Amino acid sequence: MEAVIANRPVEVNEQGYLLDMNQWDKEIARGIALEEGIELTDRHFEVLNYLRKEQESGTALSIRRVGKSGVVDIKEFYALFPEGPLKKASRIAGIPKPASCI
Amino acid sequence: MKNLLILGAGSAGTMMANHLSKKMSLKSWNITIVDQFDKHYYQPGFLFLPFDVYKEQDVYRERTDYLPDNVNYVQKAIDIIKPEINQVVLADGTILKYDLLIIATGSQIAPGEVEGMQGSEWYKSVFDFYTFEGSRNLRDKLRGWKGGDMVIHITEMPIKCPVAPLEFAFLADWYFHEKGIRDKVNIYYVTPLDGAFTKPVASSKLGHLLEEKGINIVPDFAIAKVDNENKKIVSWDDKEVAFDLLVTIPTNMGDDVIAKSGMGDDLNFVPTNKHTLQSSNFENVFVIGDATNVPASKAGSVAHFQAEVLTDNILRYIEGEPLKEDFDGHANCFVETGYGKAMLIDFNYTTQPVPGNFPFAGVGPMKLLKENKVNHWGKLGFRWVYWNMLMKGYSIPFITAQMQKAGKELEEEKLETV
Ligand SMILES: Cc1cc2nc3c(=O)[nH]c(=O)nc-3n(C[C@H](O)[C@H](O)[C@H](O)COP(=O)(O)OP(=O)(O)OC[C@H]3O[C@@H](n4cnc5c(N)ncnc54)[C@H](O)[C@@H]3O)c2cc1C
Repeated sequence: MEAVIANRPVEVNEQGYLLDMNQWDKEIARGIALEEGIELTDRHFEVLNYLRKEQESGTALSIRRVGKSGVVDIKEFYALFPEGPLKKASRIAGIPKPASCI
Repeated sequence: MKNLLILGAGSAGTMMANHLSKKMSLKSWNITIVDQFDKHYYQPGFLFLPFDVYKEQDVYRERTDYLPDNVNYVQKAIDIIKPEINQVVLADGTILKYDLLIIATGSQIAPGEVEGMQGSEWYKSVFDFYTFEGSRNLRDKLRGWKGGDMVIHITEMPIKCPVAPLEFAFLADWYFHEKGIRDKVNIYYVTPLDGAFTKPVASSKLGHLLEEKGINIVPDFAIAKVDNENKKIVSWDDKEVAFDLLVTIPTNMGDDVIAKSGMGDDLNFVPTNKHTLQSSNFENVFVIGDATNVPASKAGSVAHFQAEVLTDNILRYIEGEPLKEDFDGHANCFVETGYGKAMLIDFNYTTQPVPGNFPFAGVGPMKLLKENKVNHWGKLGFRWVYWNMLMKGYSIPFITAQMQKAGKELEEEKLETV
C-alpha cells in the first residue's frame, strides 16, 4: 500500500515497513522515526547505515549479532531504539521486519 | 580423472551424491563424499522423540545405506577447506584435491553463544531438541515430569525448520492433555520476534490457535543469559521469564570448519548466490542446504528443491554453459498442530504462506495454512518420503522445484478478478 512519509509517497506493507529499501533516505528515516517517537541523531544514522549494509549483503540480523558488530553494543542499541530495538531500527532503516517463515 | 568432492552426507549431501552419480560421466569424474559420523539422523523426527511418538531407532539409519555404490565415502572429520588451492584437509591430515566442491555441512546448535545456557542446569532442566542427545534427554525428562512452567524459547533467527518450536508447543499441549496433567502445566512461548506468527496472512489466520491451546506468548525477548541458580532467562532489557523446564533453540551456526577456512559470515554460513547456489567467492565451489546464507528456510524440503536446481547447474558448469537462476526459495513444510492434525505451508522468497489447496488447485487433498487430519498423515508420511524418495534423489510426483501459484489464495489474483 502507499503511504506518505516526509511528504513523499512510498510503498509500505501493513505494518509500515518500506517494501523497497531504495525508496529510503534520511528524510524518510526521520519521518518514520517520528512515528516511533524517536528523534534521530548522527549516532542513530551510523547504526541505520550498518543495518542497511547487512541487509544488502543478505545477512539475517539479530540483536546479539548487532551487539557483536563493533558498531554499537547491545545496551546502547536499546538506548537508541527503546523496546524492541531490532524491529524499530529495521523499520526506520527501511529494511524488512525480522521475521520467520510463517 | 577429475574430482568432485561433497562435504557432508546429511540430507543435502546424500541427495547430491545420488543425483550426480546417475547424471555425471563417471568415466571422467570421481565422486567422493565425506562425513564424520556413521549414523544419518532424520532430524524432523527429533520433534516427535520427546513425546514418545517415535522411538530412538525411528530417527536414524546407517549413512552408507543411502549412498550410491559408485561414490567413494570417507568417514572422517573435515578440518579445513583451502579454496585458493582447491584442497580439503581432513582431521587426520589426509589431503583431498578437488576440481569441483559442494559444501553441505549443514548447521548446528551453538548453546555456548549465550551466557549460562550450557550451565549447571543443561540437560537437567534446560534442554534443546535439535540434536539426538537433546531430544532423547528431553524425552526422559518429560516421562517423569509432574508439571510447572514450561518455557519454549528461541534464541535468535535464523534457525533450521523455523516452525519446529511452534510445533513443539502444540505437541506439548496435546501430550500433557493426554497425560491428564495439562492443568498443572503453563506453556510459554518466548521469541525474539514480535509474535509466534510473523507473516501477515499467517498471523491473521492462525493467531487464534495459541489462545485456544492456552499457549502464552512472550514476544520481543532477546536473551542475554540463562540464570541457572534462580531458573530464569533474562533479556538484555532486564525482562525475566522463570522456568521449571526450559526447552530452548540455541543459536544455529554453520560448522566450525567454515569459520576456520575463512569462508563464512559471522554465523559461519557460506555466502551463496540465492538463485544459482554457486558460492559468492569461488566459482568452482557450490553450497547447498543449511550451510548456505541464502534467505530461504533451512529445511529438508528446501534442500530437496535446491538439489534439483544444483544438479542441473553442476552439469552446466562442467559443460561451460551459463548457470540457471532457477532456485526461487521454495519450501514446503508440514506444521504439526497437535490432536492428530497438521497444516501445510508452501512458499518461496517472494510469496508468503497463504491458504489454498495442494498439490492440485481446487482439489487438495492437502490444505494450505489450515489444520486437518490429512495433513497430519502427510507429516508422519514424510519420514517414508524422506528415506525412500528424497534421499534417493527421486522427485515427489506433482511437486516441482519451483513454487506453483495455482491453488493458492493470493491477494494479487483476487485483485485481478474483481
Ligand atoms: C527438530 C528439527 C525438525 C525438523 N523438521 C523438519 C521438517 O519437518 N521438514 C523439513 O523439511 N526439514 C526439517 N528439519 C530440517 C532438516 O533436517 C534440515 O534442514 C536438513 O537436514 C538440512 O540438510 P543438510 O544436508 O544441509 O544438513 P545436515 O542434514 O545436518 O547434514 C550435514 C552433515 O555434514 C556433516 N558435517 C558437518 N561438519 C562436518 C565436519 N567438519 N566434518 C565431517 N562432517 C561434517 C554432519 O555430520 C552432517 O551429517 C528439521 C530439523 C530439526 C532440527
